[in-house]
Amino acid sequence: MIDLELLSRYGPRMLDGLVVTLTIVGLAIVIGAVLSAPLTAMRLSANPVVNGIAYGYTTFFRGTPLLAQTFLVYYGAGQFRGAFESVGLWWFFRDAFNCIVFTFALNTAAYQAEILRGAVRSVARGQWEAASALGVSRAVTTWKVILPQAFIVALRPYGNEIILMIKGSAIASVVTIFDVMGVTRLAYARSFNFEVYIWAAVLYLAIVETLRRVWDVLERRLTRHLRPANA
Amino acid sequence: MDSFLSLLSFGPDGWGDQLAAGTWMTIRLAVATVPFGLVLGFFIALAKVSERRWLNFLGETYTTVFRGLPELLTLFIIYYGGQVLLQRVVSLVAPNAQVEVNSFVAGMFALGMVFAAYASEAFVGAIRAIGKGQFEAGDALGMRRATTWFVVVLPQLIRLALPAIGNLWLVLLKDTSLVSVIALNDLLRMTNIAVGATKQPFFFYLVALLIYLALSIISSIGLSKLETRFGRGYGAAR
Repeated sequence: MIDLELLSRYGPRMLDGLVVTLTIVGLAIVIGAVLSAPLTAMRLSANPVVNGIAYGYTTFFRGTPLLAQTFLVYYGAGQFRGAFESVGLWWFFRDAFNCIVFTFALNTAAYQAEILRGAVRSVARGQWEAASALGVSRAVTTWKVILPQAFIVALRPYGNEIILMIKGSAIASVVTIFDVMGVTRLAYARSFNFEVYIWAAVLYLAIVETLRRVWDVLERRLTRHLRPANA
Repeated sequence: MDSFLSLLSFGPDGWGDQLAAGTWMTIRLAVATVPFGLVLGFFIALAKVSERRWLNFLGETYTTVFRGLPELLTLFIIYYGGQVLLQRVVSLVAPNAQVEVNSFVAGMFALGMVFAAYASEAFVGAIRAIGKGQFEAGDALGMRRATTWFVVVLPQLIRLALPAIGNLWLVLLKDTSLVSVIALNDLLRMTNIAVGATKQPFFFYLVALLIYLALSIISSIGLSKLETRFGRGYGAAR
């Protein structure tokens, strides 16, 4: 059933592609998480201008296709080559891999900011008030009281966002990156053997299912103090 | 600025009419996908709430697979796989015929199958929320199961599943852009063509993004109106 010759030729390259996919997703998620913190703070701000800027950012990135965003950065950057060269940033945007990580990070930052905002909002107001009644500073309250509770609420949506990012990362193949999808497309273009798409499907399903299982364990462990004993 | 505006003008010099045609294609694809996705999703939901174990298994497997695969991969599998499959079937009858799968139809199937996987989850949630009592009441009144479904359950189902389905519509609208990769002349592909001819990538992709954004915002407004309408009689809409 499995074409062994094809597997020996493209199997190792698929695994290289897997590393590329995971690197892109890992970098984008981490950078996006860092960016999402100030965005969330802005979204929770009472200042309408600050709030409006963050709202505009999240609406733009959540309301438009990732593929079109990628094209804007990847092809659009080339148009400003002179400007990027003069500020010494051209080396960064010249590389498709960097463009992809850049775009994906900006994109996931918008989604993560929405998740975090919802989670912080879900923590009862009384928690803020109790902390301030005890004379705890706002920064300490945020770190020690609000965020630990918010992260538990945000855990599941975060897991879903990572899964969406893994699936979305297949888009990288459209701009010449050899991630799992990119290697698969190359293998198909050369061999015209449809089987390679099935391998890719199995590989993606394995990644997503593994992540889901890990997330289930993580969630069960992190919420064990919320369940009654012996339940 | 003037030169940018003339790039967007309608007629032989500008790209306005091409972008408009692309937008229209994007909307048509998204609209054509929804009924297919909803009906398929509904049957998968039925399989998942069925009392037959093998139907549950089939439904769950379908959902796991199509929620786990990248949409782009699903699209390629349907597009190329469909081609291979059709070619085999057709060559039984006419050995020399060449088959080509229409990219609109392939896109509709692929996006619809993904839509169905997510929609089935929304339907299962809604069916559970409606509760067994409604079916039992239908039985008690001597209604046939099909009648109970259509007259009693479905109207409630629409209200309960609408917020989730609305989100799926917004996701679908964005996912249609993937079909540009298999050469459907949607908004993104028309933009690619405009970029190829004018060498103005930043401007044209920004315009395309703003068109997508406008479609999303208009959809959100429409969806919240729909939710209010279906929520009437249930107190505040939210």
